[in-house]
Amino acid sequence: MADALLRVAELTKRFGGVIASEGVALDVADGELHAIIGPNGAGKTTLIGQLTGEIAPDSGRIYFAGQDITALPTHQRSAIGMARSFQITSLFLDMTVLDNVALAVQAHAGHSFRFWTPARSERALRAPAQAALARVGAADRGNVVVADLSHGEHRQIEIAMALATRPRLLLLDEPMAGMGPEESARLVNLLRELKKEYTILLIEHDMEAVFALADRISVLVYGRVIATGTPAAIRVNPEVIQAYLGEQQAVTGHG
Amino acid sequence: MMPALSLRNIVVALLLLMLLLVPVYALVVGNNFVLSLFTRIVILAIAATSLNLIMGYGGMVSFGHAAYLGIGGYMVGILAYEGILSGFVQWPLALLVSALIAFVIGLLSLRTRGVYFIMITLAFGQMIYYVGVSLNRYGADDGLTIYRRSNFAGLLNLSNKTVFYYFCLLLLLATIYLTWRLVNSRFGMAIRGARSNDRRMHAIGFPTFRYRLTCFVIAGTICGLAGVLLANHTDFISPAVMHWTRSGDLIVMVVLGGMGSLFGPLIGTVAFLALEEVLSGITEYWQIIFGPMLLAIVLFARGGIDGLLAGIRRG
Amino acid sequence: MLLFVEQFLNGLQFGLLLFLLAAGLTLVFGIMDLVNLAHGSLYMVGAYFAATFTAWTGHFVGGVLLALVATLLVGMAVEVIAMRRLYGRDHLDHVLATFGLILFFNELVRLIWGPAGMNLTLPPWLNTAVEILPGVYYSMYRLSIIVVALAVATGLYLIVMRTRIGMLIRAGASNREMISALGINIKLLYTFVFGVGAALAGLAGLMQAAILTAQIGMGENILILAFVVIIIGGIGSIRGAFIAAIFVGLIDTVGRAFLPDILKLALSPAAAATAAPALSSMLIYLVMAIILVVRPAGLFPAPGSR
Repeated sequence: MADALLRVAELTKRFGGVIASEGVALDVADGELHAIIGPNGAGKTTLIGQLTGEIAPDSGRIYFAGQDITALPTHQRSAIGMARSFQITSLFLDMTVLDNVALAVQAHAGHSFRFWTPARSERALRAPAQAALARVGAADRGNVVVADLSHGEHRQIEIAMALATRPRLLLLDEPMAGMGPEESARLVNLLRELKKEYTILLIEHDMEAVFALADRISVLVYGRVIATGTPAAIRVNPEVIQAYLGEQQAVTGHG
Repeated sequence: MMPALSLRNIVVALLLLMLLLVPVYALVVGNNFVLSLFTRIVILAIAATSLNLIMGYGGMVSFGHAAYLGIGGYMVGILAYEGILSGFVQWPLALLVSALIAFVIGLLSLRTRGVYFIMITLAFGQMIYYVGVSLNRYGADDGLTIYRRSNFAGLLNLSNKTVFYYFCLLLLLATIYLTWRLVNSRFGMAIRGARSNDRRMHAIGFPTFRYRLTCFVIAGTICGLAGVLLANHTDFISPAVMHWTRSGDLIVMVVLGGMGSLFGPLIGTVAFLALEEVLSGITEYWQIIFGPMLLAIVLFARGGIDGLLAGIRRG
Repeated sequence: MLLFVEQFLNGLQFGLLLFLLAAGLTLVFGIMDLVNLAHGSLYMVGAYFAATFTAWTGHFVGGVLLALVATLLVGMAVEVIAMRRLYGRDHLDHVLATFGLILFFNELVRLIWGPAGMNLTLPPWLNTAVEILPGVYYSMYRLSIIVVALAVATGLYLIVMRTRIGMLIRAGASNREMISALGINIKLLYTFVFGVGAALAGLAGLMQAAILTAQIGMGENILILAFVVIIIGGIGSIRGAFIAAIFVGLIDTVGRAFLPDILKLALSPAAAATAAPALSSMLIYLVMAIILVVRPAGLFPAPGSR
């Protein structure tokens, strides 16, 4: 596909005898929200690890905006516009919310061999960070130390940090994990807004959210992509139903 | 950031005032020992402050930091022995060599994490110690007496004990000021981020290795400066200052005062050497008390003295 | 050739000694995730016990056995009183607390035995030389160190690989839940493992004490070598520790013996005489650095360790 922002080809990864990814192929078109679903142990974590460069694939290639990034280190993938949020909250717990997000801005504001000027008084770092916080609805939480926030707020900050790197592609790793229904609903609204501006690869367990948001869905089972299509197509795909959705039809059927 | 009159600020202010007045006291009482002791405290506080930069702010627990004390000291000693007395040559060379060795050690050890990093810096520190032991030309095990202090061509007379003390104090304050600028700059934020969550740093686009390595080199260089001062203070340098247990002392000073706090290392150094004086006044076997005290500090007062003063618990 | 055989055996003997020291360290690290700087103190305590007990009893083997039991008990006491509170805490905490223990033990030994060192006197039957090859004689004592240490290493291997306790040990820190599910008293297991590690260190210390003397701080420098062994071998791996210990022992001993001659081939005699001591004392650290570059987690990284 010519206009794919992210293209994954024949990605394979084994851990000892366990196959975590087997010939995974994936296209995320510019501007779409592409969701990946799959039961536990389907290889979602390994896949995102390979997309972000934390895990090296055994074989296969990953292209971002036409560039082969298979061997690119994690920080350079961020530099060219791939941002991720973590499934298990991974923030700078001992810093304030604004410091967290400002660090993400700083990472993309040239090198950090600047030894003298106090970073906390640099408008060039603070203003974009504040804007990213406002975007996720946490504008008033900037001065709170992250460790003191609630779980739901941590999820918000995760996304704010990803946004602060001014990405072209957002890799969201189960952003709803551990959220209550109310918080989830708010996040779905936020994602609906974000998808107007960003290309998003969403890995998520919450079927209701996925089917409400996704333009296309890929289903991962035992390290293989068994189907890719629109929510409507996936819902009726017999292979998907047999392998995975069968047990959850009650949920998806009501969409 | 902080209220101007917190308990901690008062203690720091009193401590600085005391440090300023030490030579006056020594002069009035005619007690040279006090001046010598505090010169030592101030010099070691520079070393501890530099260790705090990597350990407290950067999360790099280096167990070989005393090596730079030796490197700085030996550069002064060896150059003096070979007839080069000018401080304008000795000092820059000493700092340069400290920086180079820190760069090589950092390059190798920063590839690792956690316990590995502790053990590897320990091993490299001990390697430098053994190099000192094997320097047969320069006194080997017994060390090297330095007959002439660094000469600054009439600009600065280091042989005058009061001048030397104030010069060391000035350098200590400069080190603390530098640390303050550093840890609050973009560079400092990058270092702190890497300590807090290195994985996240990579994910948001930071190549943290280069910043951590730079930090490691800066700390090694500053500690090399402390070594230069120490050699000039004692007129002597021996491998003993580089033994790994001396690195342990430096770590204790930093933790005792409070990791990741600006004045913590200074407070810790004063407390460490004061404790040594007081306890050894009580019993010849003072470490039999000091050892278990360390254990108790680890178990019950991890924020160090600074943490107690600030009334907050650090993680 | 004669000299080489002797240096080779010396290196092997030193390496095995290092293994005894490193085995306890790496076991404790692998199982309890604890860095113990005071391991060298137990090495020292074993030496002092042996010197005292052999003098008391007038019997070498009896005194040594008593010393081993005593070191085991000291180790277990240290675990119960101090180490137990450190599990699960930051490695910096371990380093600081056990550094405090070193100071404590050094001073305690000075208080009890005085600042001068102590000799461990060998019985006549050990204090001889044996003909190991036609015309080649070697110290009976050093030979017995090799035999004893090899026997201990074999025993350790069998225990770790073949017994129920060994299985628990191999299961390691990552599987604490599994161990408790089996109804094993973890506290007791930890105390036991720590005690055994202490006894192994004590054994190394007392064997060395008969060659040098028992001295305050004798464990401090050799401890760093044990760390080098662990770094090279891979943290938590007994097999790695064994191979790395022999490797380090041989390189260090043989290097010190032959490096001056080798350097003379390339440098002037004066330059060689200057460079040789520095280079031979750096040798194993350089080897460590090289191994680190090639394999940052050591030669035999234990599964699950970073």
